[in-house]
Amino acid sequence: MSAVAKVYRWEIAKLLAQKRTYLGLGSAMLVPLVFVIVLVLQTGGPNDVPLGRYIRDTGLAVPFVVLFFMSIWGFPLITALVAGDIVAAESHNATLKTILTRSRERGEVFVGKVLASFSYTLVVVVAMGVVGLAAGSIAWGFHPLTSLSGTKVSAAHGLALLAASLGVYVLPLVGIAAFGLMLSTITRNSAASVVGTLMWALLMQLLGVLPGTESIRPYLLGAQFEAWHGFLRVPADWTPVIRALWVCALYIGIPLFAAYVVFLRRDVAAE
Amino acid sequence: MSEAPPVATRGLVKRYGEIVAVDHVDLTVEPGDVFGYLGPNGAGKTTSLRMMLGLIRPTEGSVQLFGRDPLRDGAKALQGVAGFVEGPAFYPYLSGRRNLRLLADYDDGDSRSRIDEVLELVELADRAKDKVGGYSHGMRQRLGIAAALLRSPRLLLLDEPTTGLDPAGMRDMRDLVRRLAGEGLTVLLSSHLLGEVEELCNRVAIIQKGRIVYEGSLGELLASAASGYRLRSPEPERARAVCRAQTGVEQVTSVDGEVRFQADEQSVGALSIALGQARIAVTALVPQTASLEELFLDLTEGEAQPEEAVA
Repeated sequence: MSAVAKVYRWEIAKLLAQKRTYLGLGSAMLVPLVFVIVLVLQTGGPNDVPLGRYIRDTGLAVPFVVLFFMSIWGFPLITALVAGDIVAAESHNATLKTILTRSRERGEVFVGKVLASFSYTLVVVVAMGVVGLAAGSIAWGFHPLTSLSGTKVSAAHGLALLAASLGVYVLPLVGIAAFGLMLSTITRNSAASVVGTLMWALLMQLLGVLPGTESIRPYLLGAQFEAWHGFLRVPADWTPVIRALWVCALYIGIPLFAAYVVFLRRDVAAE
Repeated sequence: MSEAPPVATRGLVKRYGEIVAVDHVDLTVEPGDVFGYLGPNGAGKTTSLRMMLGLIRPTEGSVQLFGRDPLRDGAKALQGVAGFVEGPAFYPYLSGRRNLRLLADYDDGDSRSRIDEVLELVELADRAKDKVGGYSHGMRQRLGIAAALLRSPRLLLLDEPTTGLDPAGMRDMRDLVRRLAGEGLTVLLSSHLLGEVEELCNRVAIIQKGRIVYEGSLGELLASAASGYRLRSPEPERARAVCRAQTGVEQVTSVDGEVRFQADEQSVGALSIALGQARIAVTALVPQTASLEELFLDLTEGEAQPEEAVA
């Protein structure tokens, strides 16, 4: 096993041994469940959100609708909980000096942490998708999905669209994770990093709804949470998806590079 | 490469703004040394050790471990080197054994195969399944030694390894260090406990306010401070007269019925013959050496820094 793979494996093991990991993962799984239960018990529904009016037609619609609600602060918070902590906690526990006085280079340790926090982000989104789909299908069945263009797509095709949508939806979240990692590395303070990351994610959303920001709106991180809408059009609209790819690459790459440089050079001393 | 000393620092400086934590420190630790790095709290011991381990960047100067610079060579400079600064730290939510497994995977080589052996050595085998969060301070110190020994180091850097231990724990820790040194390991041990250094170390450096005020063998340091001789005799008055008459014997005084004087070894030899010829019985003639404690206080006197200064 390569050096980075070993670090990555232990980063995952450490995440699995910490409560906050399950707090985030549990919330991501609970939200679609509660959502379905409430809609089963109540009439009416989220008619104003994409696919909201078809929610009782098929369980396939549930994860898409939950994606919308979770993008405001749910997923950013869950992502920040882990990414904001992953370096800062080691500063706080003074374990950074323990692992940096072995045979692994700082770069290898950093890459292991980045991959672990990105993996976590992917896992929570997929977990929400799976639970939402399962709960929705139990409540309303696994039927064809009505696309955003108003045409029906088969359930199997809908499932593929869901997978693709979750994939592109993860990108801006990874951007948030990268920002959290940067704060975690620079501030060495878990709480400040988690809160700072969440504030940054909210600021990105806020900028998107303020008047006068129309020209920059497609390039804000918050807008990328809607890139998956492109997949739900017939024919598929690749423009927002491609934009999300390169815009998110910047939102991921820049803070990550800053964090990397700081991590490589920083003094590991008492906090 | 094998010729390079385990530790060589040259002109090592660390500044934090206005504070100079480490001020042009030159240290050389030779193979097989048990080197005591002695100083009051806040003198710069831990900061020096952090620079040696590549955890912090020196403002000036260089560190070489077996000829490798941690700043230039990264983790490769720590090949054959292990230890801890400011108390070993572990993941509290993992068991002792899992912490060691993790660290073994962060090592090159076959650290993993030694986990049981080192746990036995530090007598933690019974508690290895428990989470480190529930360990006592002493157990963590021992786990720290175990973690260091996993690497089969040739050089062990230990920062105040007995701090916070109870007397039995201190004794065990010192026994362990002595045993490891006996097996040929080079040890650099920082301490503010003089007795510990006197007991374990063959060479010392004394640091005060970031500067080295003494570096050399412990024996020479103690010898350099030989501050005279004491003579006991049933006839102190006559003995004193003989001392006074002897060339090379100076500052003869009487204290508590003893004669005290300053002299070199040759003059003391001649004095003993003169006393014999004068048929004056001698019940004791002993060199008076300053304790390490006195020397330490002499070297660092009046310059103690507050504890909260950069360590």
